[in-house]
Amino acid sequence: MSDQSKVVRFEQIALPHLAAAYNLARWLVHNDHDAEDLVQEALLRAFKSFGGYYGGDPRAWVLTIVRNTCYTWLQKNRILAHAESIDDHLDEAGMDFADPETLLLQSVDIHTVRQALQELPVEFREVVVLREMEFLSYKEIANIVDLPLGTVMSRLARGRKRLHALLTERMGKEARVELSANA
Amino acid sequence: MSCQQTHELIHGFVDREVDLVKSLEVEKHLLSCEACARTYNELRNLQSVVRNSALRFEPPVSLERRLLSSLRQEDESKSKTVSFPWRWVLAGASLLAVAILVWVFAAISSKPSDDVLAQEVVSSHVRSLMADHLTDVPSSDQHTVKPWFDGKLDFSPNVKDLTPQGFSLTGGRLDYIGNRPIAALIYQRRQHIINVFVWPSNGTQKNEKASVRQGYNLISWTNVGLTYWAVSDLNLAELQQFAQLLQE
Repeated sequence: MSDQSKVVRFEQIALPHLAAAYNLARWLVHNDHDAEDLVQEALLRAFKSFGGYYGGDPRAWVLTIVRNTCYTWLQKNRILAHAESIDDHLDEAGMDFADPETLLLQSVDIHTVRQALQELPVEFREVVVLREMEFLSYKEIANIVDLPLGTVMSRLARGRKRLHALLTERMGKEARVELSANA
Repeated sequence: MSCQQTHELIHGFVDREVDLVKSLEVEKHLLSCEACARTYNELRNLQSVVRNSALRFEPPVSLERRLLSSLRQEDESKSKTVSFPWRWVLAGASLLAVAILVWVFAAISSKPSDDVLAQEVVSSHVRSLMADHLTDVPSSDQHTVKPWFDGKLDFSPNVKDLTPQGFSLTGGRLDYIGNRPIAALIYQRRQHIINVFVWPSNGTQKNEKASVRQGYNLISWTNVGLTYWAVSDLNLAELQQFAQLLQE
């Protein structure tokens, strides 16, 4: 394989997933600048180890490297503090959306959703992003985050529940603010 | 299916990660349970809210440009730092290969070293004593022994009877040393057998060289185109005397 064709081949395989890579990185690290740097760093690393890529889903390959690069960065900057205890609260895993107030969710504005999703612990946030924005299967997510399928399922369920709780709480406040404004 | 089981499966159901049988059971339960149906609907609402494409972060155009240029840069620096030394390594390796070939060729085509010859001489001497095959031509007459080699070798060894000096000729033998047939002359001093191996040499005149191997004394020399190796369990002084007599 000549060097020229290596670059071209890499571009053909990895670049179609640049948008997914950036979206994931941006959701993990919270600001444009760091996300750009990390995607750049991750893809350069992917290019250097391109010889180690033997087919398979190129999107999963790119996202795995981006995710790991971001996690390393988060750890280095001590943003990732609670990774060890996040899976201990299994009692939270159950689903209960029985609150009638929740039916208002459809009308929630995008800014509130963005805010709430950003407030989720990164371990929940990443599985929600991979599932709802990249439409990856549980198995694909498990491979990317390098965790058992069961842990992925539990994190996704708990992430959704927390997100839902955050949204309803905000909406409740908004509703109350609106009510008091009208009064 | 119970509400508890439905709650456990509801995410997998929404994500289509539940098998068909379970899926149908969940569906059936949702039709009959208002609370679970509400949960399901709310989960779908949440999903559609989060799936809003406006939530995605789009990479700036500059990112792709930046990435492409750094890829090319990385590729270039790699071909400078990596493939260039490789060329030298390759050149070095081929030089080494040539050197090895030359050395092997030289080793094959060259005459065996003295060390190898000495070993062969001793082995041949020992074998001649063991195998009861000391002489092909048992004779103390030099005029019998010398002509015996005619037609068997491409050279004619100098055969001397040294009986008067105490080294009696007992015969001659064909042997094989240094990848060629050679002449072996057998002398006896009291109970000690002396083998003298003779073959043509392209080397120059060489003085006597004495050595000891496996308890045997060896003396070698080259004279008028013939190399001589005398080997015996005789003491060195007497063997040297014998060598001197042969060379006279």
